[in-house]
Formats: sequence, structure tokens, C-alpha cells
Amino acid sequence: MSKKEKKIRVLIAKPGLDSHDRGAKIVARALRDAGMEVIYTGLRQTPEQIAETALQEDVDVIGLSILSGAHPTLFPRIMQLLKKKGMTDVMVFAGGIIPEEDIPALKKAGIKEVFGPGTPTSTLIEYVRNNVSK
Amino acid sequence: MTQVTDVQRLVQGVFHGEKRAIARTISMIENNEPEAQKIISLIYQKTGRSHIIGITGPPGAGKSTLVEKLAKELRNRKTTIGIIAVDPTSPFTGGAFLGDRVRMQDLSTDEGVYIRSMATRNNPGGLARATKDAAHVLDAAGKDVIIIETVGAGQSEVEVVKVAQTVVVVLAPGLGDDIQAIKAGQMEIGDIFVVNKGDRENANKAVTDIKAALELSTEERSWKPLVLKASALTGEGIGEFVESIEKHRAYLSKGALDLQRRANAETELIEALRQKITQTIIQDLRQKGAWVRATERISAREIDPYSAADNLLKQKAKPPKHEGVQA
Repeated sequence: MSKKEKKIRVLIAKPGLDSHDRGAKIVARALRDAGMEVIYTGLRQTPEQIAETALQEDVDVIGLSILSGAHPTLFPRIMQLLKKKGMTDVMVFAGGIIPEEDIPALKKAGIKEVFGPGTPTSTLIEYVRNNVSK
Repeated sequence: MTQVTDVQRLVQGVFHGEKRAIARTISMIENNEPEAQKIISLIYQKTGRSHIIGITGPPGAGKSTLVEKLAKELRNRKTTIGIIAVDPTSPFTGGAFLGDRVRMQDLSTDEGVYIRSMATRNNPGGLARATKDAAHVLDAAGKDVIIIETVGAGQSEVEVVKVAQTVVVVLAPGLGDDIQAIKAGQMEIGDIFVVNKGDRENANKAVTDIKAALELSTEERSWKPLVLKASALTGEGIGEFVESIEKHRAYLSKGALDLQRRANAETELIEALRQKITQTIIQDLRQKGAWVRATERISAREIDPYSAADNLLKQKAKPPKHEGVQA
């Protein structure tokens, strides 16, 4: 066993109650095509489910997709749970419908970056590659 | 990862069933990190306690959904579970989309269940190279049952027999007739055949076809494969499915398990040797002038590859001062 075969592992998660996952699937597909291992949770995940999945899957990156407007409550909760589980080095980004004025608070809670609609997938791929902490 | 670097501490964490430690250990094995072999050597003696169930079958047969139902039924019986769900790596980009958890959402916060998605990383046969060792980790962590779900497998993806004690082949109605059922490969590895989507038309026909095909077998087997109908959607037949697994386990405990263990031990040894041989001998030989000379001579048709390999190996057995003399 000598050759290292590290891959970037990403969890794409859909917190909250909206059922629009086209964006999440596009991101998942783009990261897959960029050579990453992408785990998709499916719809309507609780913060507990997301944090627990991230833990068991030992991911390097989490992408949260939300369109319901519940991000001010759900995102900080997810960040808290990750911290509680010792996952402080996982990089978390978000996308979906997130008003500009909400972004500073989310970043303060630990979300590293927020991507709005229309972000080219190449921008995202580059961001993930450059900011993965492991 | 910075907080848990010490291999000993990591292994202790695995023994205590700590999820973070299990997760990190599996990643290290998957990534072929230098500590991986050390970890396996430390945990190996604590393995061999779990019952390992392999779930295989064609894409779309409903394996993941059935695994969720199976796991829930086992949880009702207070069994702790580890699940390894394997999905394919793209041979073109090296990436993978691991979607089996989507069907297992009810299990994601159950303390008694640990689920790990795994990409094949282009290992052939329906499993990842690291699948078996990851199962060892979950075994050492004290899981009663380990369920390994293969990629949506074709007819000849049968690696799971080398890892699992009980192999379940999941099929669905309408996938093929009795001729398909006679073919070699997957149809030969099932201890239990489950016709999933049993709520659909033709499910009984599929059961009959599989039973008829298995009847044709002339192979002397002390275990006669069970064929049953289930529906992961409605929950029909899941109880019977668990009973079948229990029956097979009871059968194994009457002597067959020892034989299976020995056969698996041999497979593990051969695979470990193969890895070592490729990695040490070939890498070593490659660095020598004789390697280049040998490839040149083969490509110029001066020597055939088998004789060249013999020469290289003969040379390898000699002290280093002879190197490069002969190709």
C-alpha cells in the first residue's frame, strides 16, 4: 500500500422543506465531472441528518442548497452540530435563493461562501479545489 | 485531519465504536495512506464477529431501498448495523455520484446504524478495493451485521462472494426470462434470491423462472438457495427475507462457515500478495536498466514477454551486483 489515492469528498445536501433540487443536482454533477466523489442526501434533510451524514461519510466539503428561505435558522444549526461532532475542518458553502443582506450573518456562522443563481459551475469547481482544507 | 492523527488512538476509537474514528479510518484505507496497513494489522484480530451480508443485482432492481427495509427490520430486533454502499467511479473523470443514501434516509440518524458510501475507484467486480477492509473496520467497531451493497452489477460482477458470508441477489420482475436465469455469473452466487417489486405484475413468474433455473443445477451444494418475493415499497416479504438470512446464518454455523472462512482467508492472502508483488517487485524492477532493455527487446520482437518476465524474476532472485547483466 504505497500509492495515495486521495479524492475530494463532497456532500451535497438539501436542508429544509423545499423540493427543488435541480440546482443541487447540477452542482453535484459538475463536481462529479471534476473528479470529486459526491454524496447526495436527497430532499428535506434536517440539520441533524446533514451533520450526521457528513460525519459518517468523512467529507471534506459540504454544499447546502436552499430555496425555502429557512437558511437563517437552518445553516447556523448545521454549523453548530458539525462543531459538536468535531468536524471543524470541513468547508461549507451554500447556494440557492439567499438575499444579499443575509450573507454576512451566514458567513459569521461559518459558511465559507454563498453562490447565487447563475454562478458558472467552473467558478464553483475552482472554489472548492482551492478552499478544501484537507 | 489534525485532531486524530495517532494510529493507536484512532484504532482505540474504532474499538469503542466512535463514528469519527471509524470514518477517518475508512478514508485512510480508501486513500491508501501509509498508515493503512498498520491500522489493518491492529484491528484484524478483533474482526470475524459480524455477519456480512452482500446485496447485489442489476441497476434499478431496488437494492438500496431493500437495504433500508432490511436494516429497519434488523434494528427492530436490536441488531447494530454497518452499511457500505458502493457506486461506480467514472472511468473518464475519476469522479463519482454516490446516491444510495437517498433511499436510506430513515436510517441516517439512527445511532445503531453507520452508513458509508464508497466509490469503486475503478476496481472491477462490483466492489471498491477498500470495501473488504472497510468491512473489517465496521466489524472491529462491533457491528452485529454488515450489509455491503454492490454497484448495480452485471452478470459477471461477483467479487462480493469473497467478502460476504450470505449473498443476496436482488432481481425485479421483467428483467429476463428463464434463459437469462440459466446464465453463469450472478445466478451462481446467490444464497438467497429476492424478487423485489413483488407488488408488480409478473413477480410470481420471475420467482418460478429463477426456481426452475436453480433446479437445473447439477452442482452438489449443501445449501439450496432460497427464492422469495418481496416489495421494498410495501414492506411485503421483508420479515420472510430476514428469516431467510437467519436460516442461512444458522446453516453456516454448522461447519460451512469454517470452510468459507478458510477460502476467504486464502483469497485475502492472494490479494495481499498480488498487491505487494505489484507494488514492491514491479516498482523495484522498473527502476533498473534491465526493465527498459526488456521492454525494448519485447517491442522489437527479439524476445517474448513471458521469457523476459522469467529473466527479470531470475535476476531479482540474485544479489544486486548482477543487475542489468541480462534482460
